[in-house]
Amino acid sequence: MTDPNTLSPLDLETPDKTFLDANELVINMGPQHPATHGVLRVILRLDGEKVMGLECVIGYLHRGVEKIAEHRTYTMFNPYVDRMDYVAAVSNGLGYCEAVEKLLNVEAPPRAQYVRVILTELNRMASHQLWLGTHALDIGAITPLFYTFRDREEILKIFEKYCGARLTTHAFRIGGLQYETYEGFEKEVKTFVSFVRPKIDEYEELLTTNRIWLERTKGVGKISGKDAIALGVTGPVLRASGVKWDIRKAQPYANYKNFDFDIPTGENGDTYDRYLVRMAEFRQSLRIIEQAVDNIPEGPIMAKVPKVMKPPVGEIYHSVEAPKGELGYFIVSDGSTQPYRIRVRPPSFVNLQALDVMCRGQLVADVIAVIGTLDIVLGEVDR
Amino acid sequence: MVQTLQGKYGSGIEPLTYLGQNYMVVDRSLIPEILQVLRNEEHFDYCVDITAVHYPQREKQFDVLWVLYSFPRNERIRVKTQIADGETLASSVPIWAAANWLEREVFDMFGIKFNGHPDMKRILLPDGWKGHPLRKDYGILQQDNEWVQINLGIESGQ
Repeated sequence: MTDPNTLSPLDLETPDKTFLDANELVINMGPQHPATHGVLRVILRLDGEKVMGLECVIGYLHRGVEKIAEHRTYTMFNPYVDRMDYVAAVSNGLGYCEAVEKLLNVEAPPRAQYVRVILTELNRMASHQLWLGTHALDIGAITPLFYTFRDREEILKIFEKYCGARLTTHAFRIGGLQYETYEGFEKEVKTFVSFVRPKIDEYEELLTTNRIWLERTKGVGKISGKDAIALGVTGPVLRASGVKWDIRKAQPYANYKNFDFDIPTGENGDTYDRYLVRMAEFRQSLRIIEQAVDNIPEGPIMAKVPKVMKPPVGEIYHSVEAPKGELGYFIVSDGSTQPYRIRVRPPSFVNLQALDVMCRGQLVADVIAVIGTLDIVLGEVDR
Repeated sequence: MVQTLQGKYGSGIEPLTYLGQNYMVVDRSLIPEILQVLRNEEHFDYCVDITAVHYPQREKQFDVLWVLYSFPRNERIRVKTQIADGETLASSVPIWAAANWLEREVFDMFGIKFNGHPDMKRILLPDGWKGHPLRKDYGILQQDNEWVQINLGIESGQ
């Protein structure tokens, strides 16, 4: 870039100086874009190909879920919750049902809790598989997409057999489960676990030591642990920056205390570390599923919950570890059958704030990689 | 911890607990100071959420609350304050960077402005939208008809 202060008089007279010589270029990565994982608009300020700053414009998928909640009863709102993070619908349902159960002061019976944990961890794997496929696709590796989606089918088949839906499952009810596990549920889950273990090794074989993958992801989108905490980032992104924190261990819910699993962390906080953390989370989820499926206790699947739910006046905040981060529900009850206010604290919304900090000084192609590695779902960002 | 805070600020802080979750109702005048103290001295360095609730029958109509979490103490608290319609609060962006979008959303949905916010504008709704949807006097089917007609060219409600 020519420095305006050193231009000679001859340069200023040439008519060829146009706006293209400006130092900063503002480019719109519009809401329709194959790599933004939904309708996300990013306005990039570029110096050549380096990103000087960016601004996210969101709200294209805003459906007013929190406003709708004020006009539905607690049970009626349950299906709406799945539609927010539509990739990991089971976790959303778990958070909501647990929050309302806390308000009503009931606890789901142990059998329901074990099945809930199994389904939630299966959904965590499905969400991470989708993440891996689309993230690799954005960076240019097309093969992992087919591998992960093919294996994800097995999980979705289990969900379909259990509750009838593949993606927006509405699997849980307030107080426990509605459907008893179908004949052969444990056997199928066990077959799935042994089926998918070598597949995860396959994904790793494709990417982890791949020269192109390493060059595209190492050092890209770095964020330090301190910055991540200040920005409110949670989930695998926070863990890859070195902060060992997982709500399942720190503030356990749904009897995660009974299971033995590790929290994988990374060191550098770059895209490659986030990839490694999520790959390790696959294996930890399998561990949890194995422990749970062998020990499902007998018993009722639904606690004694009144048919017409009127929680006492009060408020509660409950959060769970969704595959994307800390998913929180703040419910205010005024004693009637409809909640007074439900606030959903979406992990993707808060994580997306960090995009600006993570992309400074990187190239445009890295912005795509960072959006993919943050694992955002626009349904959750906009609600 | 609450004792030290109460000792300093006296009646401005009211600690309560419900269903095992601790929260404090704080006077509006103490707000940026309390949050600063909580972050710097009590290590609540993770701002989980900032949100608001609208109670139209009350004189102080809005309840703004901060959900904070401390890693070293593994504890989550809520800080609540009550403000009237039209009043503003100091922004917590200098304290936690996470507050940026969270406060924008509170402004977008409720109309509560935060002074000192670097970028106070709507985040989820389009920029020219009039009205703040999560207020109780905003209808569930209500839309900004003017905006829809100008920008989408259709009669609202289709």
